[in-house]
Amino acid sequence: MNVPKEIEAEIDERITHYPVSKRSAALPVLHSLQEHFGYVTEEAVEWVAAKLDLEPINILELVTFYPGFRQSAPGKYHIRVCRTLSCAMEGSYELMEKLCQEAKIDRSEVSHHHPIAVSEDGKFSIEFAECLASCGTGPVCLVNDDFHEAVEPAKADKLLKQYD
Amino acid sequence: MSKANAINYKKGKEPHAREYRLVFKNVDRKGWDPGIDCYLQDGGYRELKKALLMDPVDITEDVKKSGLRGRGGAGFPTGVKWGFIPPNNTKPVYLICNADESEPGTFKDRYIIHQDPHQLLEGMIISCFATGANLAYIYIREEFPEGARILEKAIEECHQKGFLGKNILKSKFDLEIFVHRGAGAYICGEETGLIESLEGKRPYPRIKPPYFPAALGLYMCPTIVNNVESLCNVKHIIAMGGDAFAKLGTARNTGTRVLCVSGDVVNPGYFEVEVGHITMGELIHDLCGGLKPGRKLKAVIPGGSSAKVLRAGEKFKIKKGDQEIEIGIEDIPMDFDTLMACGSMAGSGGVIVIDDSRKASWILNNINEFYAHESCGQCTPCREGSLWMKKITDRITRGEASPDDVETLESVAFNIDGKTICAFGEACAWPTESFVAKFREEFLADTSEKYDDAILNPETELAAAHLSSET
Amino acid sequence: MSEANDKVNVQIDGEWHQFPKGTRMIEACRLAGKEIPHYCYHPKLSSPGNCRMCLVEMGMPPRPRPGEDPPKPDKDGHLPIQWIPRPAISCANTIAEGMGIRTDSQLTNECRHGVMEFLLINHPLDCPICDQAGECRLQEFSVEFGTGGSRFREKKVKKPKNVDIGPRIRLDDERCIMCSRCIRFCQEVADDDVLGFTDRGSHTVLGVHPGKELSNNYGLNTVDICPVGALTSNDFRFQMRVWFLKETNSICTSCGRGCNIIAGAREDKLYRLTPRDNNEVNSSWMCDYGRLNFHFLTSEARLTDPMILEHRAHRIARWSEAVGRAAEKLKEFDASKIAIIASGRMTNEELFMARRLGETLGIEKIAIVPRSGEADDYLVSADKNPNTRGARLILGKKVDKQLKEIAAGVKKGTITALIALDENLLKCGFEEDTLKKLDLLISSHILANPTASLSHVVFPSTATVAEKRGTMINRTGRLQRLNQAIDPPGQAMDLWEILRDLAQALGGSNGVYLLEDVFKLMAGTIKEFEGLSLGKIGDQGLPLLKPKESIPLLERERERIEKGIIVG
Ligand SMILES: Cc1cc2nc3c(=O)[nH]c(=O)nc-3n(C[C@H](O)[C@H](O)[C@H](O)COP(=O)(O)O)c2cc1C
Ligand code: SF4
Ligand code: SF4
Ligand code: SF4
Ligand code: FES
Repeated sequence: MNVPKEIEAEIDERITHYPVSKRSAALPVLHSLQEHFGYVTEEAVEWVAAKLDLEPINILELVTFYPGFRQSAPGKYHIRVCRTLSCAMEGSYELMEKLCQEAKIDRSEVSHHHPIAVSEDGKFSIEFAECLASCGTGPVCLVNDDFHEAVEPAKADKLLKQYD
Repeated sequence: MSKANAINYKKGKEPHAREYRLVFKNVDRKGWDPGIDCYLQDGGYRELKKALLMDPVDITEDVKKSGLRGRGGAGFPTGVKWGFIPPNNTKPVYLICNADESEPGTFKDRYIIHQDPHQLLEGMIISCFATGANLAYIYIREEFPEGARILEKAIEECHQKGFLGKNILKSKFDLEIFVHRGAGAYICGEETGLIESLEGKRPYPRIKPPYFPAALGLYMCPTIVNNVESLCNVKHIIAMGGDAFAKLGTARNTGTRVLCVSGDVVNPGYFEVEVGHITMGELIHDLCGGLKPGRKLKAVIPGGSSAKVLRAGEKFKIKKGDQEIEIGIEDIPMDFDTLMACGSMAGSGGVIVIDDSRKASWILNNINEFYAHESCGQCTPCREGSLWMKKITDRITRGEASPDDVETLESVAFNIDGKTICAFGEACAWPTESFVAKFREEFLADTSEKYDDAILNPETELAAAHLSSET
Repeated sequence: MSEANDKVNVQIDGEWHQFPKGTRMIEACRLAGKEIPHYCYHPKLSSPGNCRMCLVEMGMPPRPRPGEDPPKPDKDGHLPIQWIPRPAISCANTIAEGMGIRTDSQLTNECRHGVMEFLLINHPLDCPICDQAGECRLQEFSVEFGTGGSRFREKKVKKPKNVDIGPRIRLDDERCIMCSRCIRFCQEVADDDVLGFTDRGSHTVLGVHPGKELSNNYGLNTVDICPVGALTSNDFRFQMRVWFLKETNSICTSCGRGCNIIAGAREDKLYRLTPRDNNEVNSSWMCDYGRLNFHFLTSEARLTDPMILEHRAHRIARWSEAVGRAAEKLKEFDASKIAIIASGRMTNEELFMARRLGETLGIEKIAIVPRSGEADDYLVSADKNPNTRGARLILGKKVDKQLKEIAAGVKKGTITALIALDENLLKCGFEEDTLKKLDLLISSHILANPTASLSHVVFPSTATVAEKRGTMINRTGRLQRLNQAIDPPGQAMDLWEILRDLAQALGGSNGVYLLEDVFKLMAGTIKEFEGLSLGKIGDQGLPLLKPKESIPLLERERERIEKGIIVG
């Protein structure tokens, strides 16, 4: 695995935020790698473990616990639709359906272990997320780091168009 | 203290007349930006300067006097918590701002972080000074990427102005604050789960006793964990003094609270009000513009999705002075103690309004899916029970359950409640307990006796047979 | 009713008891004769309190509100108890003055039923094919508290089965109840952080990182402490249902530590060794090497009959004939020409009989074969003889050094007769050619080997592990008992019997019939054994010598006990 110099520099800086225990830097380091590579590979797990003087299982324990870390490649744009109550009441399930239709994503294989579905062309990927803390403006979703509020299911295509 | 009405807000985002904007003073403010200059022009960091001249013990005393109760969910008095740091402590003290905001229905910290980061930092720096912390973290949920960047920038600005770093404003007080991003786990909002997460471990909550954070927290050192809104309030307590703060709100329920309303109302949103000064009915009808046309109120979840649901038409017995009176759902004043007396809680301030177009089982199933997904899995009752409840409500919503299943559902919740490591156990059991108790008829109506003997899992019977033959 | 400050009064199921301050509730209950079911708690590991099986109803004296009268003590001085509606885990909480515990109340029983049901719903319940059946804590308590999962109508969570997590251990994740004992053992005791939980919630699975394995020399202890059949030993797997096993307390003889063990056998076949608690020796653990070092017992090379060399070939002899032949031959030698090579693997009683034989014949040259190797930072001792201390005490300190002299004597021809007891001389400095020059070589062995091939008389002897009774002194000077779990094959005998018979054939009856007789003689001869008998030693052994040696693993456990991390 080739971690570019500037990413490693960023990682080294982040580690300094935890003067008491390097292990504390596990999440920030994983975030850095995921931001760069799109997901956390098995190699990345081992790289992080070596970086922080830990066993790889210590890192795998985290990567598999937190849905925020992906273990397979997402699309160019990764969509997270809020699934939880207030958004569901405002139509987030319909939004999910519409987004899948528009982006040609098949979610039939989605399961607990594989929450992410990717479009045929690899441009979009999608998953449900739990409460994104914007319940007053549901349904909401994140597209990569962009936050979208009150996304009407009917206007799913408009949302996707922004990412052409 | 500048009152909210002296400030101009963005069009369409003006606070309601009954609001009292303290912590949300700058949210949606016209011409406002999260930069430090904007904040300083508005008199920002004045309270920090004032606090640094005080004796830290007096600050804690002031916070105690203010009666401030934590805004993260448990409503524990903040000053009292600070006082739990062992008096003869020689270890370093840490402070953690809980910005994990993940209780469904809650969306207040988001706005503070995105629009007014310096208010939070000022509150944090004062709190660190009061508790003797020289290192603090803001644990922010991963789904606030922009928020994390804003906070990092604000911290940088503080360093430039000398509000952070070594010898802050020549007070000999040193402090570093770092932003720590989570990775999508509700349990990281639970303070000991948060601490484990911050230590780079799986966020398995710790048993209490012995691991009360104020004594054995981060790296087994005294650690104060406070919610974003709680820490912001500290700044205002310094500004107006603990006694004056205590006059806001009602006795034992002081200050203001940001209520987040979502669900079936015309104008959902956030409303900062004096605690206990408005009732549930006023909140729904006055502040939120009422229910959608033609709809009737069915129920309200008053404090985040883990709070027990209150049913329209239910009668609640509360104490008024020495008297016990009976009130309806709309008469409930929105404060910690009354909501508790009504069998629920003020929790995180997330109010979810449910009208008569909704099915109770559908609502509960959505909630159960959340908790089944978020259970950390460390302790048996919650790990096994949360998913079991979800599987049962799933069948109820699909019309594939028998009346017995409703009974099983309820008893599973009871078997979790009070028996787990952390309060997630209650959080996941209470919705089921309350929904089933209050909408039992509705649940039963969706079931059919023809599913009485349905075994969706043939292994179960086989295994039960094995078990008895073996022994 | 006043008591020492370090004692705390606790009411358990209505009866008041006193326990030392700091006692965990679960231990207090155990001392009061009330076992509390538990899974995650292990006294030698930290207490995460995750299984929730040990929940009990608990109460404390009421705290008077301001203005209220303090509660009044009863006639025995005990305050009333205000019972708390919320149950408390008894494993991690310590007792407090005036505390009440109910181990059998409605609340307590409801908690147990609830937890049992939760543990069973996603459990495969494949007891008929599970190795743990019979000593499974889940099965055990499910009978008492379980409901058999009959209300559970859902599909069970599927997890990996039959996972190879190391050379000696296999994992069935569906059986795992996620108590984390194995993880904690690896982290806290074995310093080998290889196990971990992945995924979360109900989908949590135990495992190793891809490409890593649980292969440390203490790994099999995880199999012992796993309360269910999730971790199984490849060596023992499917060999025998545990309830058929006859258990015998003994000690491991693969090194000088002398770890206390339980030997599990059936019909004269040894199936497994498992560690037995002894806080002065091995805590609750043992090394994998020692645990598995018993398969040679059933080796094809096992000697089962005495043999006599005649016409350049060995022939099977009757026992009395072999003893007679050996004695007859020995008489032909001047004592100064005879030497005895004994073994640090012999029991004290055997060594003592070797000494007696030497005395009977006037032999002065007697040695043992030192065996040293790597020590680890846990239990394994560098001394690979289990009874070096006993040999030095009984045969004298010189036994280590004399081996070289004897080898030289044999080479020079000053020693012409040799008695070798359970040692392969070719592995300890003797050469085949010089041995061939000996006029008499009498030896005993467990397995056939080149020394046996060269011997004029060969006796089949029993193995220390599981086949004989006796005592040994471990590295830290503890006198410990070995017990016999299985009958030895064929005519194999304990060395003390062989030596007794030989001495008898040489010098007439010596009044030794039983092992107890040997011990009595020894106690009368050697000061350190004075006043002792086999019966007095007991299952935990006795401190006999006080060498300056410590056991690294125990040192660290003591530190953890002092810090309150573990109970010990
Ligand atoms: C399951 C669970 C989730 C929680 N989530 C949050 C959260 O997202 N944000 C928060 O501030 N507190 C949360 N809490 C409460 C915290 O444990 C803790 O009480 C709080 O951060 C203390 O701050 P406060 O006293 O200022 O409220 C949660 C508690 C539980 C049991
Ligand atoms: S109650 Fe649930 S979330 Fe809390 S520790 Fe137990 S399993 Fe984890
Ligand atoms: S494998 Fe056994 S010891 Fe390890 S966590 Fe599972 S049940 Fe516990
Ligand atoms: S440490 Fe020594 S005595 Fe203990 S089990 Fe291992 S070999 Fe046997
Ligand atoms: S023994 Fe598991 S919680 Fe106490």
